[in-house]
Amino acid sequence: MSGNLLIVEPSDIIREGLFSILDGEFNLLAPLRNANDLVLRLPVLQPDILLINPTLLPVPANMLLADLRQARPSMSIVGLVYQYIDPGILQSFTALLDIREPQNHVSQILRDSLAATPEASSEEENYELSDREREVLILVAQGCSSKEIADRLFISIHTVNTHRKNITRKTGIKSVAGLTVYATLHNLLP
Amino acid sequence: MKTGFFTPRTKMADMIAANHTLILVVPRFGIPLGFGEKSVQELCAQYGQDVGFFLLVCNLYTFSDYPVSLHENVDLSGLIPYLEASHRYYLNERLPHIVRHLTSIGDRAGQQYAAVLHKFIDDYRKEVTDHFDYEEREVFPCIQQLQKGKGSAAQIAATFLDSHSDLVESLSDLPQILYKYLPGNPMVEELSELVFSILQLSSDLEKHALLEEKVLMPYVTQLSAQASGQSVQSAGMVDERRSR
Repeated sequence: MSGNLLIVEPSDIIREGLFSILDGEFNLLAPLRNANDLVLRLPVLQPDILLINPTLLPVPANMLLADLRQARPSMSIVGLVYQYIDPGILQSFTALLDIREPQNHVSQILRDSLAATPEASSEEENYELSDREREVLILVAQGCSSKEIADRLFISIHTVNTHRKNITRKTGIKSVAGLTVYATLHNLLP
Repeated sequence: MKTGFFTPRTKMADMIAANHTLILVVPRFGIPLGFGEKSVQELCAQYGQDVGFFLLVCNLYTFSDYPVSLHENVDLSGLIPYLEASHRYYLNERLPHIVRHLTSIGDRAGQQYAAVLHKFIDDYRKEVTDHFDYEEREVFPCIQQLQKGKGSAAQIAATFLDSHSDLVESLSDLPQILYKYLPGNPMVEELSELVFSILQLSSDLEKHALLEEKVLMPYVTQLSAQASGQSVQSAGMVDERRSR
């Protein structure tokens, strides 16, 4: 089985057809009939592939696609197409699945779409800061710039910025002021 | 053609029903609530506001895809008074309210929380005050000179927009600090009320930053082009470069 597949499609017939073709190939999540609150549902459902009928996207469609991509960068978004759709919208999908595709192509198209997205981390997401990240966080909270941190820890600025991105991803806090509060409340500051 | 945006004939009450946060915006134009069934056009005429500018603000605050254009029938002389009224509202009403609750929560949560929350909000208040001061002392007078056809835009640093987004960023970190890391049980009501207040202020400040980015900066470019007698085409270019 390769990954969680979320199908968003209003037609019972199409949904059932896809289920019967893809059963055993993917871990099929409970399908949705519409795109309501889709962004909010991603952290709960954790799909690797989103197969969605483009006509369900609210206008402007590209905005929701961008939000979805930002919310879950490793997910591929495949358009399930059976009629004329604005080419500008189709362009924003990772891949397209035409409803007239022969049965034996369907799962391959979905699997191939994953190759076009950034690698998802295979390990379970870890929200604990590493020792190095903690060191960087302390220096950020003390008001050091990335350049100063790089000099102090003998690492490149690029590495410092990667640590900072990971700190923000793990804590959800973006600003220096917010990180200072975080560090203080966790007794990290001397 | 109907565009789906607010028009001069939209009823004020319908507009607020569509986007309730505009209830904060309307009074900044000197238009009091209690307007019955009157349209936007009638109310703007009654209170001496340019309907084009009023709608520009309300549409920008409501529709993420609203295409801003500074054409000649929008009178932007109300822009600076509007921005100043917004500053007053943030500084004199919202921030003191947030500071008061944050102080009370910090005090009740215990020593180690009180100090760090006080410091955060003191720093934040200073950052906001400095930023607004800078706009009111340096940027706005310069624009008012340009409106009279004098001076130049040279003193207006393009970087002032960046410091605006920093203000929004550190404020938007605060709610999750409050609900993730504070022992919240004894004061759950005050905490959740405060989180709502902060989120409301963050989104208000975001719109404020958007107005400066999409309207104020292109307007400055337009004015300085007029002052130096050049064509005004470059105003659109600034707008495009800044939009993401």
